Amino acid sequence: MTTLQTTFDPHARRVPPLGGFNLTVLGIELKRMLRNRRTIIFTLILPAALLLSFGGQKGWQDPAGSGNVAAYILVSMGLYGAALTAAACGSMVALERSLGWSRQLRLTPLNPVVYILIKALVALVMGGLAILAVNATGKLQGKAEMPTHVWVLSAVVTLFCTLTFAALGVFVGYVVPGENAMQILGPGLALLSFLGGVFIPLDQYSDAVRHIAYWTPMYGVSEVARSPLTHELPWYALVNAIGWFALFVAGAAWRMSKDTARV
Amino acid sequence: MTSSMTETSARGFTGSEPAVSLTGVSKDFGHVHAVRGVDLTIAPGEIVAFLGPNGAGKTTTIDMILGLTQPTAGEVEVLGLAPRHAIARGLVSAVMQTGGLLKDITVRETVAYTGSLFAHTRSIDEVLADAGISGIADRKVAKCSGGEQQRLRFAMALLSDPALLLLDEPTTGMDVEGRRTFWSTIREDAAKGRTVLFATHYLEEADQYADRIVLISQGRIVADGTGAEIKALASGRTVRATLPDADTAALAALGGVDHVEVRGDSVIVHAKDSDAVARYLLTQTPARDVEIAAKGIEEAFLSLTGHDESEIR
Repeated sequence: MTTLQTTFDPHARRVPPLGGFNLTVLGIELKRMLRNRRTIIFTLILPAALLLSFGGQKGWQDPAGSGNVAAYILVSMGLYGAALTAAACGSMVALERSLGWSRQLRLTPLNPVVYILIKALVALVMGGLAILAVNATGKLQGKAEMPTHVWVLSAVVTLFCTLTFAALGVFVGYVVPGENAMQILGPGLALLSFLGGVFIPLDQYSDAVRHIAYWTPMYGVSEVARSPLTHELPWYALVNAIGWFALFVAGAAWRMSKDTARV
Repeated sequence: MTSSMTETSARGFTGSEPAVSLTGVSKDFGHVHAVRGVDLTIAPGEIVAFLGPNGAGKTTTIDMILGLTQPTAGEVEVLGLAPRHAIARGLVSAVMQTGGLLKDITVRETVAYTGSLFAHTRSIDEVLADAGISGIADRKVAKCSGGEQQRLRFAMALLSDPALLLLDEPTTGMDVEGRRTFWSTIREDAAKGRTVLFATHYLEEADQYADRIVLISQGRIVADGTGAEIKALASGRTVRATLPDADTAALAALGGVDHVEVRGDSVIVHAKDSDAVARYLLTQTPARDVEIAAKGIEEAFLSLTGHDESEIR
């Protein structure tokens, strides 16, 4: 052993500020996500590829709100990619719990609430990358058209909508332990996206399916995310978005508090 | 219990509070009484072994000292602070037996991550060098062997220069050489005032490396003393014989007899000098079927828990 204090004075020791929050941890967490090949495929490649295949469909140049149909599809794909990424980030919380990492962190000054905030921040950054990738692809494709402020505003609104799916990821991660969470979240989110009108506009569905769709979690956020473009936001879409967010956060908090009984 | 100044060891510690103080601590999990009324004071700089069979309550007690579990009754203090407060100041750390590592980051990243959470830390390179893992700093944790992962856990525990180090079965999976290096490092640190409490179920390990052994069984402390004292308790033999209407008083009066038990026509004598007991039984009484058996550590635990506590100490 090299330099070590020869005495231990408990009163000379301080508690770290901000509950242990720091940029080193944030940096390592982001690096982890970016090194994961699966995350890169989900985050950057899949949504952009979907945009390229859906965005060029017939009638893309028709007007939609203050832009065109291609812009409408672009915002939808951005939401899908960001939601998937955020859910993947959320499911890592439970995975880390099963690895005993959460217990290890409990032996440090890191506040458990700060840990969740760091995870939420990572989900937002990764979701932001997904949105950026879709938007850059859309720009290169050159079909989507909308005023710049609408472009920016819908991207920002989309980003915050993805927090709902970060919470869903945490919740599903606890219910389905291990790395299997993404095997449920991946197809699950695709199904919810079809049902919620992210991939196919709801007016192409039958009345019965549409009435079910109004209750599903992707419907509300997709309406909210596209509202800067469409200038339309039915009250029930807003209620849907807030309701599902509250429900997933409550579910995640419930599973987590049950779990900490034995850290 | 207030801090007991008299127990402060002479090993260069200047503080006044005990490193660990447990007062009437109990922990129930539903109907299971994992820990039942433990009182324990550990002085700064002591190396204490927590010896007991699996399920004795060692891990639960360590979890309470770390503030991971709240006691059902009683009080836990670490260096005069509540456990969570001591942890927030980086005064307490622990090395767990398994898990507790992220597989997809490197050894250096793991140490950097952990270190960034404390207000005071030693340098990452220094800690890596001390743990002998500088050479694998850029390796992913998933690619490290069990021994390397254990060294990494140890490096993480020493980052905050803790005053109290808790080790749960620390050398499981280590080879002889690794074990020796590990303990010589621990002893050097203790000489500088670091307190070490380790859980083990090996008497040999406890005896070789601890200043003091606390024997725990069924959630209670059943013995507390030096290695020699504890070994004497565990090293006795059991003499069993068929002897109706045994004179238990006469047997108990023999030299080296710890305990006499009568089960029907059988008499069981726990003794350090089993020869004397056998000689007495065969020459002075009509005893037959005399059996002499060495007491294992498990059996020592069992016989100790059957005792009145005052008798053992």
